[in-house]
Amino acid sequence: MAELTMAGALNAALRDAMRGDARTIVLGEDVGRLGGVFRVTDGLLSEFGGERVIDTPLAEGGIAGVSIGLALAGWHPVAEMQFDAFSYPALDQLISHAAHYRFRTRGRMTVPLVVRIPYGGAIHAAESHSDSPEAYYAHTAGLKVVVPSSPADAYGLLRAAVADPDPVIFLEPKSRYWTRGEVEPGAGAEPIGRATIVRPGQDCTVVAYGAMIARALGAAEAAAKEGISVEVLDLRSLVPLDLEALAASVRRTGHAVVVHEAQMTGGFGAEIVARLVEDAFDYLEAPVARVTGYDTPYPPSSLEDHWLPSADRILAAVERVVAY
Amino acid sequence: MTVDGSTQEPLRILPVGDDPGPTPAETGLEGERLRELYRLMAFVRAADAEATALQRQGELAVYPPLLGQEAAQVGSAFALDPDDWVFPGFRDMGPALVRGIDLAEYLDFDRTIWHGGSYDPVAHRFAPQCVPVASQILHAVGYAIGTKLDRRPSAVLTYFGDGATSEGAFHEGCNFAGVFGAPVVLFCQNNQWAISVPLDHQTHGAIAGKAAAYGFPGVRVDGNDVLAVHRATAEALARARHEGVPTLIEAVTYRLGPHSTADDPTRYRSAEEVARWEARDPIRRYRRWLGAAGVAGEAFFDAVEEAARALAEDLRGKVTASRPHPVEDLFAWVYAEIPESLARQRDEAVRLAAEGAAGAGEGGRRG
Ligand SMILES: Cc1ncc(C[n+]2csc(CCOP(=O)(O)OP(=O)(O)O)c2C)c(N)n1
Ligand SMILES: [Mg+2]
Repeated sequence: MAELTMAGALNAALRDAMRGDARTIVLGEDVGRLGGVFRVTDGLLSEFGGERVIDTPLAEGGIAGVSIGLALAGWHPVAEMQFDAFSYPALDQLISHAAHYRFRTRGRMTVPLVVRIPYGGAIHAAESHSDSPEAYYAHTAGLKVVVPSSPADAYGLLRAAVADPDPVIFLEPKSRYWTRGEVEPGAGAEPIGRATIVRPGQDCTVVAYGAMIARALGAAEAAAKEGISVEVLDLRSLVPLDLEALAASVRRTGHAVVVHEAQMTGGFGAEIVARLVEDAFDYLEAPVARVTGYDTPYPPSSLEDHWLPSADRILAAVERVVAY
Repeated sequence: MTVDGSTQEPLRILPVGDDPGPTPAETGLEGERLRELYRLMAFVRAADAEATALQRQGELAVYPPLLGQEAAQVGSAFALDPDDWVFPGFRDMGPALVRGIDLAEYLDFDRTIWHGGSYDPVAHRFAPQCVPVASQILHAVGYAIGTKLDRRPSAVLTYFGDGATSEGAFHEGCNFAGVFGAPVVLFCQNNQWAISVPLDHQTHGAIAGKAAAYGFPGVRVDGNDVLAVHRATAEALARARHEGVPTLIEAVTYRLGPHSTADDPTRYRSAEEVARWEARDPIRRYRRWLGAAGVAGEAFFDAVEEAARALAEDLRGKVTASRPHPVEDLFAWVYAEIPESLARQRDEAVRLAAEGAAGAGEGGRRG
């Protein structure tokens, strides 16, 4: 076992994937010579050369569209969007084309593309560097959406994303880039579409993903001191969603709190609540609560601590739900 | 194959070497205006250095230094009429200073006090600082088309970088500007780098040369020559205002500092390259000419230096005194009228702030 940061684990996953498949290539802004602004692609240029590690012009729509073309030509591109909000110029290509090619061609042309996007806040960044855009992508049929919360999952899920026959939006919670965890060297792919229980409990399920897992665990720890046993379910993949694990956990605990950093309205939490109502209604002992960012633009970061779901806000929701 | 424009000699007025350059009269600017250009550049440099220092001390979250680009920024902004609008990017404190914006209010953006900065954009006709590269170009073009529809004799100028010319928004902006005869000046500060990506990797052709395809003039100017930048911009603004002809200006300059205070440029460029451009420092170059041409003497330069120091000190005091807004401000301007669902969220956030619950992050206060 090796101790790696999440950034290091992602780097290892890219390296291993590129060693294993000569048609896997990396492209994006500053991914080559600089190694990416978060150093996730560090060292890849020197190992694999400029034909497979490509510094592109500054154009996200271009990066996405050209990656689609590369994928159609039989390459396996892993494209980087430098930050969450800078993936928006690429939406046209990702929604109208990456997501639809297989469907439009009745399976004859496919886009095995990975788009890596560092996302989310809590890093005291400037405007447009802290968005959580998962709902835009999850809403787009044809895209898979994956969000790791630990270095081990970052490694395994990125390996799976690169091997996946469909386009995968791979959201990297950037506030977790520098947290360390055990990663098995050469560990294989971690299948996409399976949630995991990161802390078992009996009284209430907290459903979360990405950077919110750490906060959910903080809340669970605090709840335990009050005698409330919280289960934390890490979705890891929003599309496909592990309906079985979701319903099974809530059937057991009878209570659920859904947490994400993105704004509440139309957020992915609404989808989770709807699924719970459909699949576990008879088991619910209380309404499901959501703890999310507020319905405002991501705030200037001097105020982000007021905006982001904190362990306290999660705990308060757990208490409310359990005491219902 | 070279594409027309990439090698076009840039417009130049100030001497590069020992050549005496123009006489003051030949510049078309009066002595006081010539001295003002120097004063503004010196002030911008002092403010920029102070902002960089403030970031290093944790007073700003991040700061993108403009060191080396003072002539491009001051020379162009100095050509604007008070009624002209500016749509800046994120590295444009120089034009803000020329516009008379309180720089602490400008830096409130980098202090993460408020998005875009705290200054009043309407009062200064200076749009909020803009992070998504090239997106502001379209706003400038649209504003210019609106000005034209209103038969107003003013112009719009937008700042962006060499990297921005790769974005679709740049090309769409150029095309709209050409088709609608927008009174706009598209001012590209070609500082040779977009973070770690050098110009030759950004475009295989020329920047100024791209204007030809959109049907309006493209002008290449020595961006470290404040007089040339001023003249090129003044001419472009006049064309925009009076003829409805847009201009793409490529100011050839150099980013002497890091991309931002979070960047380490030694990973992608050589010290020799930086030294070559340091030798073309726009302020030293202008000062040499001012002295040799008899427009300004040591007493003037000393006084400017003293005033620049005072400006930096004043800026430091104001920046460090700037405080976050109350949490309810987050909800005040999302819509003209706050919806009920958002009002509920506001009340929760305000209550939690009053209880001191913010900042608990991962562990939680009770964790
Ligand atoms: C749409 C978009 N993509 C990526 C970024 C990240 N980014 C910030 S500045 C920059 C480089 C900009 O280069 P250039 O246009 O030459 O301006 P300069 O930084 O040199 O002033 C990049 C890639 C961004 N801000 N917006
Ligand atoms: Mg540049």
